[in-house]
Amino acid sequence: MKTEHENGAIGVETLGMTMRFGGFTALDNASIAIPAGTFHALLGENGAGKSTLVKCMMGFYHATSGQMLVAGREAKIADPKAAHALGLGMVYQHFTLVPSLSAAENLVISREDAPKIIDWRKERADLGAFMERMPFAVPLDRPVRTLSAGEKQKLEILKQLYLGRRFLILDEPTSVLTPDEADEVLGHVRGLCEAGEISVLMISHKFREVTAYADDVSVLRRGRLVGQGRVADLSHQAMADMMMGGQSLAKPAARSGQRGETVLALDGAKARDRSGLKDILIERLEVAKGEIVGIAGISGNGQTELMEMLTGQRPLEAGTMTVESTPYTATRSETRTLGVRVLPEEPLHNACAPKMSVAENIALRSFDANGEGTRFWLKPSAMKALADRLVGEYKVKTASLESPIASLSGGNVQRAVLARELTGRVDLLIVANPCFGLDFTAVAEIRARIMDARNRGAAVLLISEDLDEILELADRVLVMSEGRIAYETPIAGADTATIGHYMAGHQ
Amino acid sequence: METDLGLWAVPIAMLGGAIRVSTPILFVSLGETLTERSGRINLGLEGTLVFGAMSGYALAVMTGSPWLGVIAAAITGALFGLVHGLICSLPKVNDIAIGIAMMLLGMGLAFYFGKPFIQPVAPDLPAIPLGWWSDLPQVRAALQVNVLFLIGLVAAGVLWWMLKATKIGLTLRVVGDSTDAARALGLTPSLVRTLATAAGGAFAGIGGAYLSLYYPGSWNEGISSGQGLMAVALVIFARWNPIACVGAAMLFGAAGALGPALQTIGVSSGYYLFYAAPYVLTLGVLIATSSPTQALSGAPGELSINK
Ligand SMILES: Nc1ncnc2c1ncn2[C@@H]1O[C@H](COP(=O)(O)OP(=O)(O)OP(=O)(O)O)[C@@H](O)[C@H]1O
Ligand SMILES: [Mg+2]
Repeated sequence: MKTEHENGAIGVETLGMTMRFGGFTALDNASIAIPAGTFHALLGENGAGKSTLVKCMMGFYHATSGQMLVAGREAKIADPKAAHALGLGMVYQHFTLVPSLSAAENLVISREDAPKIIDWRKERADLGAFMERMPFAVPLDRPVRTLSAGEKQKLEILKQLYLGRRFLILDEPTSVLTPDEADEVLGHVRGLCEAGEISVLMISHKFREVTAYADDVSVLRRGRLVGQGRVADLSHQAMADMMMGGQSLAKPAARSGQRGETVLALDGAKARDRSGLKDILIERLEVAKGEIVGIAGISGNGQTELMEMLTGQRPLEAGTMTVESTPYTATRSETRTLGVRVLPEEPLHNACAPKMSVAENIALRSFDANGEGTRFWLKPSAMKALADRLVGEYKVKTASLESPIASLSGGNVQRAVLARELTGRVDLLIVANPCFGLDFTAVAEIRARIMDARNRGAAVLLISEDLDEILELADRVLVMSEGRIAYETPIAGADTATIGHYMAGHQ
Repeated sequence: METDLGLWAVPIAMLGGAIRVSTPILFVSLGETLTERSGRINLGLEGTLVFGAMSGYALAVMTGSPWLGVIAAAITGALFGLVHGLICSLPKVNDIAIGIAMMLLGMGLAFYFGKPFIQPVAPDLPAIPLGWWSDLPQVRAALQVNVLFLIGLVAAGVLWWMLKATKIGLTLRVVGDSTDAARALGLTPSLVRTLATAAGGAFAGIGGAYLSLYYPGSWNEGISSGQGLMAVALVIFARWNPIACVGAAMLFGAAGALGPALQTIGVSSGYYLFYAAPYVLTLGVLIATSSPTQALSGAPGELSINK
């Protein structure tokens, strides 16, 4: 543990922070003050510049202009090391744990004063003592790769505390957690604030968390600071108004149309899970035209594997998968003739070529299509026109169509992929956590689009860890637990308590 | 007084072969493990191996000391690694392409500077007769163990321990597994990778010195016959684990001794097919141990072959 510098929360202030990427201004003259020992929330739409601001504070980016005050003194932060030396720490939106190292190794190597030769017996004892004092624990010996998202997030926060940080930045810390896990983690973080151990700046899209845990809030829109205040004085509506700046929210589309014949059917479909030790077994799953089937469940109960089975990333060991009564293996020609569209989780990783441009990624479904046939020579003008239209329609915020898609903010990658998948003929739509990490305007809009696809007669399979989302959209609710479908109910008779019961693995 | 051992001659010859042939492969694969654990691939080690063989031999001829030759080979190897590492630190440079260029450069330079050293004879590196307890000449011959082989074994153990229990080792693994995580820790990935490539080059250089100063024990242009490249493949086979590199190198060496061993017991036709045994073996094991659904376990996440 770090003991050489003093302990206790410190205050941090930014003055006129501005960040340009080429000609694009991601952050424009933002000044925010976080007094010592307070919990500050940062709100804003996707692509508003929240991550950019905190990365500038941590020295990850070099701000084009602007200053930082740390504990009242002006600070030049050249790189993350300098930020760490001042007691600033950050939990990034994307995990920065090293996947192949164990939790213990991750903790020890993150220390600046890590010993040259590591005496594991002593370190284990120290870590054990540290964990005793912590409000939550994670397994220390397994490679981080094998931990669940929730455990990884807890480990990220534990790491910062282990390093003795006095000012902590959390970038959407709860987007990968269940509501209960989120409450547990944030409750403890709040406790540390009140004890005067740390100050916190948290980026979030969830008003509920802001109201429950933060003291103050700042709102960014298009890189500008558009509102600030004490959380106690602000209603959710007031915060939402600041974020939206007069835009209107997409209304949930009404349900219409009839349930048609079965499109997707899985029968005794069996596959290995990620660890290779357990099975995923779907006895029977049907999705019909004009209905949304929602699969609820706590993450890590086989949803990822089910999605991989449906996208052809994970071979079936037994059973069948059919679309429109023909065997389906998710080849490109099958998806095209059957009109299957997919939005997997982690779309940057599972549905994009990260280093290719936004325009190229949007064209991935159609670049080789020429009416019903295929084309040999690409038609860049058509690709560009398509990208141009979809970027406008789905409000994808990007510096240009030529930027690599990996440079987009998380929410905008989601929008770009959804734009691609919902364009053209959609007979079967398979989506996993479509609103992960999205701001509430985007959530409303994307849910409306999914409902719209259903109303136009598409069969929709919605796998989501957000029960509210399932209850809002689904016609039938299934619960997945331990690799099986444990429960099924039509939405009319759905009861949250019963569903929660099955989600928790009780029979 | 050759004793006729019958079929026993084959395993004994293979053991001897494993010890004799495996040393350069072991050194190259240890060096490559080090480099790949940092997230880079250096295919240039074949060139480094050949240049190490040449420079080690040349210095041994000029000074009369094989050990000075080994040191010279290590230094030139490190220089080759350093050049590879520095070039790959430039933006948008592909480590595999640079590796191939470095391989050709190393071999070309070695042939150019090595011409005058094909004739002279250099002193050999010493070997320890660990077969003194046996009366059988075959066993004694098989257990003539070169000091470099033993150093290689110790180095494998030390590397394994280093990766597990030292700051340098963990830093290397962090950089190799995730550039983002490394940056978040305030490390400079390209610096770590460059140093790891230089260290890897030094290992390959020593492997080269073994070739020219012990077995086969002379300098000529065909001295390596692709062993440096095979060693790079063996690193995957050994799953980036230094201890497993020892096993992989020994297995490769033993398979290589199969052809000559069969010849000694009088198999006269088709034995030359067994010269291909090490390559077939490597290929077979690589296919058998890989799976389309599971990622290669142990592969450093930042290797360009994984992206
Ligand atoms: N390295 C970069 N190069 C070019 N543009 C960038 C870069 N990083 C971010 N941007 C752009 O800056 C804008 C702000 O991005 P930022 O990641 O800060 O958004 P955010 O508010 O964190 O959004 P989200 O809620 O989706 O995470 C986006 O439009 C993004 O495309
Ligand atoms: Mg962000």
